[in-house]
Amino acid sequence: MSNVPRFWRNLKRRYNLIGTKCLNCNELYFPPRQLCPKCRRASKIEDVQLKGRGEVLTYTIIHSAPKRFEGQTPYIMAIIQLEEGPKLTAQIVDCDPTEIDIGMKVEMVFRRIQEDGDAGLIYYGYKFRPIAN
Amino acid sequence: MKLEGVGIVGYGVYIPRYRIKVEEIAKIWGGDAKSISNGLKIFEKAVADYDEDAATIAVEAARNAVRMASIDPKDIGAIYVGSESHPYTVKPTATIVAEAIGASPELTAADYEFACKAGTAGIQTCMGLVASNIIKYGLAIGSDTAQGAPGDALEYTASSGGVAYIIGKDKLIASIEGTYSYTTDTPDFWRKEGQPYPRHGGRFTGAPAFFKHVYNASIGLMESLNLKPQDFDYAVFHQPNGKFPRKVAKMLGFTIEQIEEGILVDKIGNTYSGSSLMGLAAVLDKAESGERIMLTSFGSGAGSDSFSILVEEGIKKIRGKVPSVEDYIKRKKYLDYATYAKLRRKIKVIS
Repeated sequence: MSNVPRFWRNLKRRYNLIGTKCLNCNELYFPPRQLCPKCRRASKIEDVQLKGRGEVLTYTIIHSAPKRFEGQTPYIMAIIQLEEGPKLTAQIVDCDPTEIDIGMKVEMVFRRIQEDGDAGLIYYGYKFRPIAN
Repeated sequence: MKLEGVGIVGYGVYIPRYRIKVEEIAKIWGGDAKSISNGLKIFEKAVADYDEDAATIAVEAARNAVRMASIDPKDIGAIYVGSESHPYTVKPTATIVAEAIGASPELTAADYEFACKAGTAGIQTCMGLVASNIIKYGLAIGSDTAQGAPGDALEYTASSGGVAYIIGKDKLIASIEGTYSYTTDTPDFWRKEGQPYPRHGGRFTGAPAFFKHVYNASIGLMESLNLKPQDFDYAVFHQPNGKFPRKVAKMLGFTIEQIEEGILVDKIGNTYSGSSLMGLAAVLDKAESGERIMLTSFGSGAGSDSFSILVEEGIKKIRGKVPSVEDYIKRKKYLDYATYAKLRRKIKVIS
């Protein structure tokens, strides 16, 4: 149960891909930053809603998963470059390990990330899936 | 009840990618696939992935509805999520949806339960709130990952999917001319606290349950609005299988042409709270302005909500903005029974 407040604090960005923008240098960040590492004291940080579309920069197939993810193996984890620029790591769903490719266009979906046992909280958040043509 | 000026501003659907065929289920339980397919008029059903549930499906459908309607989610003043498979017994699904579409915090939200008609109950609540100017827009969702006990007849049909409707007064793509409900205490299907699968009354789910309620609600609607079956271009009924909606349509005097467009159960199964609303979405994907649609849901327990819906000019502007019902139906991958049993958590693992 100790994870509940920590999860709740990050809930908005995990549900909706909300990053930050430094108005001083126009750099976008995800996960959100409270301070721009380039501008430091001159940082002017504002929340930004990211569109949730991007492409796969690289990926790996997980066969040996952490305890709570064992039921999903083999699954794909990818580094995705969002259209707006920031890069993030996320699971790719609705895609077989044989179908994934570098450069694949993907979009955000809302899924269960993990569950705190049978009686605990369900943690929801973003994953990505191939954009259907 | 006759209404003016209230209707649908946008809608969105979501059907998971996986399917399982009747043959695959019948093979495991020694059923005769051909006679089941012919009897129930169903070939395959949609199956949610391991990381999907009624909340994730509701969010995907709601995001599509908001994108179609092109409204500011902050203008949504009420969210009702109807489901018989809410992920939590205590903890609303509606708050998850509200946060995930950016509608929080100035709104009212609640979860509804009324077997397969909880979604249309949500639409009626939103209609009332919109008509009385308490809210600008209301979001009503029917979303389920329905469970049938392994080997039970329900397992061939109980499927996963969801539909979201935004109800409002402006930018209407279809207006709701009126609604009529018919409700009695009829125990045809139930699930008690702590039980993993529902129980049902077998043949008792037919005449005293589905047919009585759908028939009376549809007749009541037509009488209250002074309309006849011939006045409708389409009719959509709850579809627990392919046989029931066709039979009730005939009893009411509708033709096969009027109902075929809205019957999806053969391709995706019974999505429970999403079932009749998904049929309506498939009809709205094709309908032209000026056409009239009857929608009658059914929820075991039991009750039916019937609606008369008139398609407006605005429908042209929203076509193609979000994936259609057909787009989701086409996107599919077949599962074997063992993988299906794992994804639907029918196999108990130590957590």
